[in-house]
Amino acid sequence: MTAAQEPAAGGALPVGGALRVMGAETEYGIHAPSAPSANATMMSARVVQAYAQVTRQRAAGGAETRWDYTDEEPLHDARGWTVDRGSAHPSQLTDQPPVLDAEAVALAYGREELELDGQDESGTLLMNMVLGNGARLYVDHAHPEYSSPEVTNPRDAVTWDAAGDLVALASVRRLSADPDLPPVNLYKNNTDNKSVSYGSHENYLMPRSVPFGDIVRGLTPFFVSRQILCGSGRVGIGQDASTPGYQISQRADFFEAEVGLETTIRRPIINTRDEPHSTADKYRRLHVIIGDANLSQVSNYLKFGTTAMVLSLIEAGLAPKIEVYEPVAALQTVSHDTSLTATLRLLDGRRVTALDLQWMYHEAAAKLAQDTGVGDAVDGDGHTHDVLDRWATVLTQLDSDRAAAARSVEWVAKLSLLEGYRERDGLEWSDARLGLVDLQWADIRPEKGLYYRFLARNRVDRIVDDGAIAAAVGEPPPDTRAFFRGKCISSFGKDVVGASWDSVIFDVPGYGRLQRVPTREPLRGTKALTGALFERYREAGPFLAELLGHNRTPPAA
Amino acid sequence: MAGQEQQQPQSRDTQVDEDIPEAPPAPPEAQASASTEGVDDLLDEIDGVLESNAEEFVRAFVQKGGQ
Repeated sequence: MTAAQEPAAGGALPVGGALRVMGAETEYGIHAPSAPSANATMMSARVVQAYAQVTRQRAAGGAETRWDYTDEEPLHDARGWTVDRGSAHPSQLTDQPPVLDAEAVALAYGREELELDGQDESGTLLMNMVLGNGARLYVDHAHPEYSSPEVTNPRDAVTWDAAGDLVALASVRRLSADPDLPPVNLYKNNTDNKSVSYGSHENYLMPRSVPFGDIVRGLTPFFVSRQILCGSGRVGIGQDASTPGYQISQRADFFEAEVGLETTIRRPIINTRDEPHSTADKYRRLHVIIGDANLSQVSNYLKFGTTAMVLSLIEAGLAPKIEVYEPVAALQTVSHDTSLTATLRLLDGRRVTALDLQWMYHEAAAKLAQDTGVGDAVDGDGHTHDVLDRWATVLTQLDSDRAAAARSVEWVAKLSLLEGYRERDGLEWSDARLGLVDLQWADIRPEKGLYYRFLARNRVDRIVDDGAIAAAVGEPPPDTRAFFRGKCISSFGKDVVGASWDSVIFDVPGYGRLQRVPTREPLRGTKALTGALFERYREAGPFLAELLGHNRTPPAA
Repeated sequence: MAGQEQQQPQSRDTQVDEDIPEAPPAPPEAQASASTEGVDDLLDEIDGVLESNAEEFVRAFVQKGGQ
């Protein structure tokens, strides 16, 4: 295997505002109502397999590609050490392919179930795909997961995250059309309300030079309070929902630590997994695990936009100097208080509400955006002004106009529906119908999902239109390396034997060995840099020859 | 996105740091539902969409661990 020359550093995004390389990961809840005891990993593999069948019909070369695990480092801790494999929880070992070969399946579930399932040619269930839009679709533990391609701004984060819901929907449709398999429902939520939670993570690229302690200090009060913008709402209090009621966040009750490496146990507010998936001495990828999965576009937009801006504050050394007393407890206090009046104690003795905290961050972010010029309505970076506007608008509405906030904020919208049921039918919070409304809110099928019923009735605002989301199912973002990855898959899929965030591996006739093209600079491989190259070639061989400079000087890929 | 309805920014005066205001009075709970003109209509539609047998459906939704 050869490695091509690493391209020079990519262009830079304007600093100080909401622009940043970022991406979303969604683990879907999975349920087959007609086969409630079906194995979740097996069903998740069926979801991936179903999408492979969908794309095989769509793309000429077949669009399934194996994941390249070379650069996965889940045990690297951002605080400067690496956890010993032997002492790690098995679920932390995400750098090895989840082997679900015929033998393992047969041992675990019996040969009969195996024979009912589709297998790919090599006799292994397909657990991993890289998609033509640059995303990854795979089986993570016992859930199907869509990891969006890298984007540079919060609007695109919403677009390509929502595209993942359409990918998942395509799989659901495919499975429901198969008479030999039970239909599978997928839910974009984060808990089964029976003590289990599964994540929706965010990733943000940061300069390695920012001290991790600054990130912890700057982000913790923000993460304690940002749920009022982007919580999805949950019926039930406590990990097992045994206390009747409604809370702001799906995830808050599952957090038990302030800082840590784990994501499946003892979940920390700040996760220290340090897998940059890029040039390690230049970048860190901040892995955020505290967010709720959002269907609401405005909540999702504010989740990414405001967090990106707070990271800009931290990089500039300008994050508000506040420390929340016992942040894990504070996180849950905020989540359990839909009146938004509960106060949190700061280490300096002040008592503030979650709204107060958010206004402090907004004020600091607005000042930095003004000072750097990125927040200007006309001459700014095209995104920061809008994020600041919407952030302020939603905070004001949460304080004084809940009806207006219900158009933007997911937990408020869901609460309005639940309150409607409670009033009309006199339901207690413990009533199973309210639990069903909560669950079915997140069903990704437009005809069944209650969020989508709200959207169809224009009861919630959009950030992007349906056409842009549909296009993002097949097209990668133009302005990151995801463009190169996605185009390699959609143009030369049959010759791509593996891919990851920072590589694409070709097996091309005529080359003696595999060709691994590194993509370690997230802002290279863009449409501007490589679009013409994809236009010029229909075959991978000549494409690679030019890319790798075998025939001529390499282009600026 | 063009055509997106844009709300006026409601920039708040720079007042926060020094002097945290008293917690505002709790917004009336009724506000959440006062919003919902056409709520009966909405609930009727959703009645027709909800899975039957709520208790059993919710009980059967059991997930394995995740991140």
